[in-house]
Amino acid sequence: MDWTFLQETFISLVSAVPLTLLLAANSIALGAILAVGIAVARFSAIAPVRWLAQAYVFVFRGTPLLVQIFIIYYGLSQFPAIRHSLLWPILREPYWCAVLALALNTAAYTSEIVRGGLLSVPFGQVEAARACGMSRFMIFRRITLPLGVRQALPGYGNEMISMVKATSLASIITLMEVTGVAARIISESYRAIEVFIVAGAIYLTINFLLTRLVQLVEFRLSPHLRQPVAVLPAIIEGEAH
Amino acid sequence: MTQPGIFELLSFGPGGWGNILLAGAMMTILIALSGYATGAVIGVLGAWAKVRGGPGMRLVADVYTTVLRGIPDLLVIYLLYFGGSAAITAIGRLFGAEGFIGFPGFLAGMLAVGITSGAQHTEVFRGAFRAVHPGEIEAAIACGMPRWLRFRRIVAPLTLRHALPGLGNVWQVVLKESALVSITGVAELLRQAQIAAGSTGLPFDFYLIAGGIYLAISTVSSTVLHRAERHFSRGVRRS
Amino acid sequence: MSSPASSIAPVAISVRDIHKSFGPIEVLKGISLDAREGEVVSILGSSGSGKSTLLRCINMLETPDRGEVTVAGETIEMLAAGNGKSRPKDRAQVDRIRSRLGMVFQSFNLWSHKTVLENVIEAPIHVQKRPRAECIEEAEALLAKVGIAAKRNHYPAHLSGGQQQRAAIARALAMRPAVMLFDEPTSALDPELVGEVLRVMRALAEEGRTMLVVTHEMGFARDVSSRVIFLHQGQIEEDGRPDEVFGNAKSERFRRFIKA
Repeated sequence: MDWTFLQETFISLVSAVPLTLLLAANSIALGAILAVGIAVARFSAIAPVRWLAQAYVFVFRGTPLLVQIFIIYYGLSQFPAIRHSLLWPILREPYWCAVLALALNTAAYTSEIVRGGLLSVPFGQVEAARACGMSRFMIFRRITLPLGVRQALPGYGNEMISMVKATSLASIITLMEVTGVAARIISESYRAIEVFIVAGAIYLTINFLLTRLVQLVEFRLSPHLRQPVAVLPAIIEGEAH
Repeated sequence: MTQPGIFELLSFGPGGWGNILLAGAMMTILIALSGYATGAVIGVLGAWAKVRGGPGMRLVADVYTTVLRGIPDLLVIYLLYFGGSAAITAIGRLFGAEGFIGFPGFLAGMLAVGITSGAQHTEVFRGAFRAVHPGEIEAAIACGMPRWLRFRRIVAPLTLRHALPGLGNVWQVVLKESALVSITGVAELLRQAQIAAGSTGLPFDFYLIAGGIYLAISTVSSTVLHRAERHFSRGVRRS
Repeated sequence: MSSPASSIAPVAISVRDIHKSFGPIEVLKGISLDAREGEVVSILGSSGSGKSTLLRCINMLETPDRGEVTVAGETIEMLAAGNGKSRPKDRAQVDRIRSRLGMVFQSFNLWSHKTVLENVIEAPIHVQKRPRAECIEEAEALLAKVGIAAKRNHYPAHLSGGQQQRAAIARALAMRPAVMLFDEPTSALDPELVGEVLRVMRALAEEGRTMLVVTHEMGFARDVSSRVIFLHQGQIEEDGRPDEVFGNAKSERFRRFIKA
């Protein structure tokens, strides 16, 4: 093992981590907002709204992410109308194109996860809220959403990890995030294994931390599933008497 | 320059791209199928290691699935494509060959898809084996079935039936993942669309067409898979 | 039901000094018993008495730590393993002997991916390598005998518990076993389905099958079996003809057990 090379590789790759994180964070945030919209649309009373949401999910889940990135980054510039529009400064940038494509893609997957979570909320609890005189929106905000989110969290954790991995595709449209830098170093040095190990370790670390974060949130969001710790000493005391 | 219509773009005659896209689609299916088969073999071995292996085998299998779940597939393709070329060049030099020898992109793609999907196959097979009722295996033992007969007649078919839905999902993932192999220059669907887009100046049209073809392949295969699942799951208890 | 022949008939199955521990708990503390051809032995005992373990040791689903099992004159050869326990010397011999023992499980354990008929012909064709046509013919006769001929092309999941257990009995009979082993065959059944399975078992007893039956069904033990064995904490506490054992049991525990 050539330690100097590993060290240099590590430094170069770590300096690309912020871009990877930025891509992931932005697309995940944007995707989450879109996803809730799509999930709600799938419950809409208006049939065409439902169909539209369904078609969206079908198309974005049925095609490769790389094709979606290419359509947005290379494809849109084909139209003079877009090149002359106000959006062009954004759509010209590979960074924003990548964020947009990743967000649109994850929104399709996330909306299914959210939908599953919402469907898992027991109807009795919704009925109880209705009996309390809550409005439809209030029931959604106060009862269905928090319970559904808790249910959807493990699946959403997996989706976020997929997104971190998917940011690597941005390297194909010239962005120098971790995989982009790794590919450059490999093509210059032809030392694929060393670079792979360092880059792999970086991704594993990010995803490990992300997993722990999701577990933490899961823990915080489910006090009702935890052992009632505070009560325990009282029981032991009671038994001692 | 007048804009050609979609049917002109897709025609199979001169000036049309139908032939090339069709060949690309075939190559995509070929890569996906061979990568999927490679992954299935890895998956059977991985699941076997996780379920029946000793502590050492289990550790190797666990590290494999954990690592592959955490790193981008693209990185694996780079590793195999560039690493493979470096290895072949080094071997070539031993035999007196001069200069750089490229690793075949198809092989790199197939192996990369196989290795990444192998991790998913492993989990699918392991979960499916867990779903097999232990009593059914015990009944086979009690009949005096030797190990291999038991595996062939009882364990394997039951596991496979439980694995079918998961195997279908892995196929869909593999199909989309195969698009990444385009970076090695293999003339699969996305690569061909790229060439067409470049020489016609119509990237939007061609990437959209490519997307449509992927969607079609995925829809057709999902219908076939569902039918197969229904056919093969007759009588199987799902818990 | 104790037939006069049973005392002179050859021994079908013989168990000598079986010991079995799970970790620190000794489940069987040296069990010996013989069953002659045509005998129906009911094995009773509360849960944890080791009665199911005994049955599972006979066909080596559990490996006994010590002791000997002989089926139709052939003794399973055991080797001493390091830790003072034993293990079968020859796997092929164990498989051959297993194919001479028909096991009926508490939870039926029919193969869910095979139809009832396929379940019944599986082992005769693939383990005993008998001709397929002959196996099918015999299987259909057995299914008729247990009363589910009409269900032969159904999958187990579409059968009631009682029908599944009768199919499992047919599957065990299809191997032409020297001895039938029943491990609580009615315990997983709804009460209204117990009768149909017991009726089949009674018919088998009447045609002279050798049977070892672990059961909670006192009626079956009393009326059908030729011998009753009561296990308690891994040892035989009672062993005799049902009229003796039920009539004047030596052990206080057994008298309490049958009252409960």
